[in-house]
Amino acid sequence: MMEIGIGHYLILSGLLFSIGFVGVLRRKNLLMLFFATEVMLNAVNVAFAAIGNYYGDLSGQMFAFFVIAVAASEVAVGLGLLIVLYKKYGSLDLDVIATMKG
Amino acid sequence: MYEVIAFYIFAISTMVLFTITVMSKNVLYAMTALAAGMVMISGFFFLLGADFLGVVQLIVYVGAVMALYAFSMMFFDATKDIKEKHQNSTLVFVLGGLMALVFVVMFSAPIIGENIQALYPVGLAEGLGAFGNAQDVGLVLFTKYLVPFEVAAVMLLVAMIAGIILAGKKMDYSLTECEASDKELEDKILKGGAK
Repeated sequence: MMEIGIGHYLILSGLLFSIGFVGVLRRKNLLMLFFATEVMLNAVNVAFAAIGNYYGDLSGQMFAFFVIAVAASEVAVGLGLLIVLYKKYGSLDLDVIATMKG
Repeated sequence: MYEVIAFYIFAISTMVLFTITVMSKNVLYAMTALAAGMVMISGFFFLLGADFLGVVQLIVYVGAVMALYAFSMMFFDATKDIKEKHQNSTLVFVLGGLMALVFVVMFSAPIIGENIQALYPVGLAEGLGAFGNAQDVGLVLFTKYLVPFEVAAVMLLVAMIAGIILAGKKMDYSLTECEASDKELEDKILKGGAK
């Protein structure tokens, strides 16, 4: 059997990140956009942990911790904003909410 | 051997679950798939020897963030399927594939780099008579990363206050009810005009 190295983890993390990126590009609902950003953040966390493991260094894990902290606060503020938007427009669709037509 | 099997199981399940999250039309399905995918991601952390990070992932992401999303479902209509207009989806998928390529190249830079050494090697706490990933993490977090840790604490406090103020404003009046009464009023006015 093949040994699982850092390459496997990086390719997996890249694939997960691109899944999230496709989601960010194609989603029109704001809540679903939030889900897609969570996917991207998780993909980056896996890459951090894998590279930290590769060097036997703890800094990768530290950065992953701070990414998790940032993600948690982002969700708290973002959901508050979504509730305000939903109360104002009655919808979370970007096409409805958009006021600047470019 | 077990590591290989575990890696492939976790890899396939995370990719399938996150694809469901990104493609699903139902908010509830997307959220459930995202939560399950996060649990599977924590499996990678345990495989990589980052036990504490895996536990934090389970508690913070699957516990707190998903609970927050679940609570926000009360405000948004979660039972209806979401209708989205899609345009130019081939471009989106091409961009996504290019993104994956760029990401792998970017993160393979530290593999190519030769003169990189670990500043905070794993097993730091062993010299102090303590073992395990949690001790290592604690040691590094409260020495080298103490200031970012405190800043993160302040940031979480600010986020909490912002969330309370944003979500708690005008909690006592319902927008839909108000709209209904507005419509009744409008109907009355229109009827009065017709008479």
